Amino acid sequence: MSRHSHMLPVWFFIGILLTFYGVVILITAIVDFSKPTTVVLANYHPGIWGGLILLSVGAFYTIWFWPGLRKRR
Amino acid sequence: MDLTMLAAVVLPSSANRLISLAPADLLIIIVYFLMVLGIGVYLKSYANTSNDFFMAGREMTAWVAGLSFLSANLGALELMGWAASTYQYGILAAHFYWIAAFPSMVFLALVMMPFYYISKTHSVPGYLRLRYSEATRGLSGISFACMTVMMSGINMYAMAIVMKVVLGWNIHFSIWVSSITVAVYVTLGGLFSAIFNEVLQFFLIWLGVLVVPILGMIEAGGWSGLVSKIHERVHSDEYVHLWKDLGSFSGNPMGVHWTGVVFGLGGAIACGYWTTDFLVVQRAMSAKDLRSAQLAPIIASYFKMLVPLIVILPGLLGLAVLPFRLVPEGMAGPGMHTYNEVLPLMLARYCGPGLLGLGVTALIAGFMSGMAGNVSAFATVWTYDIYQPYIRKKESDAHYVKVGRWCTILGVLLSIGTAYFVTQFKSIMDYMQALVSFFIAPLFGTVITGMMWRRATPKGGFWGLLAGTGSSIAMFTLVKMRPSYLAFFALSPEAKDMAENLYRALWSLLICVLVTVVVSLLTTPKPAAELTGLVYGRTAIPSEKQYPIYQRPVFWACGVAILFALLQWMFW
Repeated sequence: MSRHSHMLPVWFFIGILLTFYGVVILITAIVDFSKPTTVVLANYHPGIWGGLILLSVGAFYTIWFWPGLRKRR
Repeated sequence: MDLTMLAAVVLPSSANRLISLAPADLLIIIVYFLMVLGIGVYLKSYANTSNDFFMAGREMTAWVAGLSFLSANLGALELMGWAASTYQYGILAAHFYWIAAFPSMVFLALVMMPFYYISKTHSVPGYLRLRYSEATRGLSGISFACMTVMMSGINMYAMAIVMKVVLGWNIHFSIWVSSITVAVYVTLGGLFSAIFNEVLQFFLIWLGVLVVPILGMIEAGGWSGLVSKIHERVHSDEYVHLWKDLGSFSGNPMGVHWTGVVFGLGGAIACGYWTTDFLVVQRAMSAKDLRSAQLAPIIASYFKMLVPLIVILPGLLGLAVLPFRLVPEGMAGPGMHTYNEVLPLMLARYCGPGLLGLGVTALIAGFMSGMAGNVSAFATVWTYDIYQPYIRKKESDAHYVKVGRWCTILGVLLSIGTAYFVTQFKSIMDYMQALVSFFIAPLFGTVITGMMWRRATPKGGFWGLLAGTGSSIAMFTLVKMRPSYLAFFALSPEAKDMAENLYRALWSLLICVLVTVVVSLLTTPKPAAELTGLVYGRTAIPSEKQYPIYQRPVFWACGVAILFALLQWMFW
């Protein structure tokens, strides 16, 4: 077995970072939900959707490539 | 100290800026920096041998190698530059993503990669040594090392300028913070670090910029609404057709003819870049086996086909929906914006706090990744192709890893020097683009002739490469001295700068091949035994019969060919 087989995969790091970004963006969007803004098409609330997408993608990668779970699979 | 106060301390020139960042945006940027540094520290213990440090252990999967292969080319300079070109020239800029990607990337995967991979070389100059001679390797290695350092410096300078214009950041602050970060994580983890961060950057760029085409298309009223808005603005439909107006040099905003696009761009420039620029080829060579190394460029080509969604479409949307006209660099008065600002302007138009930070982080990640790619390729070529053969031949593996780490720091310092040099001579950025075409297109001629033709000799390879590079420089100089020569080299008095670049690359490639063939026929070839594993007809390519059809590179290459044809038909 290669000594690199114990290395955490890049996907795990991506998962952690995107999950964190998802949480920050989602919280920011919820806090600013009813504040006036100069951003165009703000009525579509891209921060909410963007935050949810980042959180979903990030959570998927984090859980799927979580070190212990990955080995068991 | 909260983030707003921190910003006030470290970002002193924040008065004149395009975008204002909220604390959430700054938090996102800071966490990105901490993450890449953390990855570097984590990977240090895995990068102890030269194979690990320079080739990422040759254990990357096809997906990681493929995304890294694409990301090495998907820097922020590229994103912002082509969005700006789209605003200026329309959808013609998409040729640089479609015909300049699919044929050459598939060609690398199916035709050239087996020779690179089976020869077990560490670099493209290393292949030239095996196939031709030490002199050809030396010529190619030195020119490549110079080019990467200069490109890295220009990338760094461009980032500092963008950060100044967009965010109001101090130029020295941007240069030093990004350089130190890149130096730390590449020195620690080598190619592992560079590849990890390139894959990370791929996700950040897509997720950070995707909001622009989605909301932009809603605002414009779909594709038909976008086309009619552009027509109202520019009173022409040249901006939304790929091929229809390429029958003459004067019929399109770029001033190019379809022969230049097909043969100059799709042939010489694209093949040169994607198949012989070690910066990208190194990523595919890090794959765990030949099939993965072949799949890497093919996976990358699918995503490359989709990149216009986040680059070309925002440029077109800017043309359609921005309430003011952008102007060329150097013509902007107070309160005006240049073409290069179209992507940040579109981000600021649709992104609120948080999402804006993600978009800016995507741009920073793109710049740093581009720099890391250049620096890691520089360290590899310097150590393997200059230091090891010419300075210290028989040292231990640990010694070469140590040299690689110092070379990374040296590469970053030289890049910083280049960045400050460029601040003195701003027009040098144009010359640097030309420098790429001097070395890359002829190099493709040398490599492909050597791979496909057993009779090519060491002297033929050397003189062909020298003649191709020399003729390219000569054509460039002649046109600079006497602009009327443009009509001769680009085949039309109506040709513009872009056409000159395309045809110059094509002529230099043809001259390189011609000289290689003529000199080879007059000189002695290498013994056949020395060409095993390097040349077509003398290399046993492993069979793929044990894999089902859907796991073979050629299957996925057919898929990307269909996607390419479909896109050309849709936007003809």
